[in-house]
Amino acid sequence: MTHAPTRKPRLAVFKFASCDGCQLSLLDCEDELLTVAGLVEIAMFPEASSRMQPGPWDIALVEGSITTPHDAERIRQVRRDCTTVVTIGACATAGGIQSLRNWGQHEEFLRCVYARPEYISSLSTSTAIAEHIPVDYELRGCPVNRQQLLEVILALVAGRKPRLPAHSVCLDCKRKGTVCIEVSRGVPCLGPITQAGCGAICPSFDRGCYGCFGPALQANCGSLTNHFLDTGSAPKTLLPLLRNYNAAAPAFREQSDRLEQLAQAVSGKVDSAVE
Amino acid sequence: MTESAAVPGIVAPAMNSGDSSDFIGNRRPESFLLRDDLQLLMRRLQEDGYTIVGPKVDQDAIVYGELTGVSDLPQGWTDQQQPGKYRLVPRDDQRMFGYVPGPHSWKQFLFPPSAIVATAQRVGSSWQMSTQDEPAPRYAFLGVRSCELSAIAIQDKVFLGGAFVDPHYEQRRDAVLLIAVNCTQAAPVCFCTSMKTGPRCQSGFDLALTEIDTGFLVEIGSERGRLLVEALPLRPAVSEEIRAGERGRADAERQVTKQMNTEGLHDLLLEQLKSPHWETVAERCLSCTNCTMVCPTCFCSSVTEVSDLSGDRVQRERQWDSCFNVDFSRVNGIPSRDSISSRYRQWLTHKLATWQDQFGTSGCVGCGRCITWCPPGIDLTEEVRTLRQLAESPQLTAAIGETASSSLPPNTAPQNTTEGRG
Repeated sequence: MTHAPTRKPRLAVFKFASCDGCQLSLLDCEDELLTVAGLVEIAMFPEASSRMQPGPWDIALVEGSITTPHDAERIRQVRRDCTTVVTIGACATAGGIQSLRNWGQHEEFLRCVYARPEYISSLSTSTAIAEHIPVDYELRGCPVNRQQLLEVILALVAGRKPRLPAHSVCLDCKRKGTVCIEVSRGVPCLGPITQAGCGAICPSFDRGCYGCFGPALQANCGSLTNHFLDTGSAPKTLLPLLRNYNAAAPAFREQSDRLEQLAQAVSGKVDSAVE
Repeated sequence: MTESAAVPGIVAPAMNSGDSSDFIGNRRPESFLLRDDLQLLMRRLQEDGYTIVGPKVDQDAIVYGELTGVSDLPQGWTDQQQPGKYRLVPRDDQRMFGYVPGPHSWKQFLFPPSAIVATAQRVGSSWQMSTQDEPAPRYAFLGVRSCELSAIAIQDKVFLGGAFVDPHYEQRRDAVLLIAVNCTQAAPVCFCTSMKTGPRCQSGFDLALTEIDTGFLVEIGSERGRLLVEALPLRPAVSEEIRAGERGRADAERQVTKQMNTEGLHDLLLEQLKSPHWETVAERCLSCTNCTMVCPTCFCSSVTEVSDLSGDRVQRERQWDSCFNVDFSRVNGIPSRDSISSRYRQWLTHKLATWQDQFGTSGCVGCGRCITWCPPGIDLTEEVRTLRQLAESPQLTAAIGETASSSLPPNTAPQNTTEGRG
């Protein structure tokens, strides 16, 4: 390449509150892994090697959400140490499944789980990395799509902008010839409001999209929620559809809060009817 | 384009396969093919080297795909359609073509959703470019409806009619054999009679069939069609069969109840660019792209260059894209249509108005797919009706304007001349 760097970019992988599945997607790139290792210097990747080299690093892949005061500090140091920060996965980009704690009683959880909760220092919320530091690129998904992971690494090495589509899953379903299961069978599917990148897997296996890639750009979540309610879905059954891996993504959160209020109103009516 | 071009619908006969001029306007008497002999027609197509594509039941719908024989056809199946809803349901007879077009359209074969248009290979310090030279598939389309013939004619204008001819489309289009089937039923979303595209097939086919209980009335539309049926056991249709066919076609026409008033539609829509109604539609529109994907005439695509890991080999890939995709309108990194209302307005005004300026016809054939396959069931005929009412009543517009805050950009010309874009 004409603009080939004089040295290979140094890559580091950082883990916050997460299951490790996203960073393991890099190791899952079995056919491409040796080529990637030739393009970048994998300077720190504890899941792959105990040989860890100090920063600064050129590319950071950041997995996981911020759930402790210690991590809230640590991520700021990552930002200072790295030129380009790429967050990977639903935890890092939206807070992950653990963001369900945002709706719960944090102190109560600690008392239930730990014999000595006073030794535990954690936050009452699980938040996305971008709420703490500026992020250069986000890779959505639970887990991320490894082709997108490769794309972002290759793009950064080549010095170009990665191709990361922000359109809805519907577009990819249609390109594949998948029939819309929402229209043909009435299955509540989050495809119209969910960002593409997964390859539109679930609808091609007769299952509604559950939004693991989070909201698409300018997603009209309110209209889709209205549509599901109008066509007979109960707020109680819709709630977990929006409140899962990307529960804390603002566009999903707004609608799940609305559904929760509706569900409470419904159960309130039932209770008063029983009395 | 002049004012006179703002004629709604597709006025001229649909573009034909190239050799049917002898037959247009001079309807030949129909012959008859027995139901059991349809397989002879399909076998003949296969012997002639065609890949037959047509209707089949898959994924709880009647879709278009490759057919190996008569048994693949959706015999005994039909569909129920309404805005935002489609259901596959059994019929109480054994008709093979007793359905209304579903989620697929023929554009997926002539203008595939994904295609590699060129490749570049690094050779030393330079690049060697090459285009794809694979022979195009030779398709026989079985079961093309009248509105779909019109849609193909519209895409012919898009891909073949201008200064730049799309070689991929051209190769596929030249090779294709079109066996049309007249509708004998319609769905509540159909409005082909408003767009003057159906329900009866007028031209642009090699053969047109009308299904009755005992078989098919066969109308020859081209020399290729005539050669095709030469070896088939056709006989002249008897009057009872002809009457049954006429009854079926009349049933379809009567069942088309949805209407769209196309009078002056071009100017009407372009005068409503500032209407507060676009915001009202945007409250429901998901901007999910489904309407454009199922539309048999929408032709937008995006082209990206994709390299392999080494960076030594690059493929230029073309994929279906949509004016409802925010990224599709990016110019110098900024989306020029940055709200759902502006994207819906772009789609509707292009489809029904500026398409006429660009290609001389409407971009809509009245098939109703965009109505059925829109999850919240937005019905463009209803939106046009509302816009017409608002145009006629400024007081009503003012009343809506007070409740809707406009996020529309100030431009008044939602046209886009970039190649490959609507």
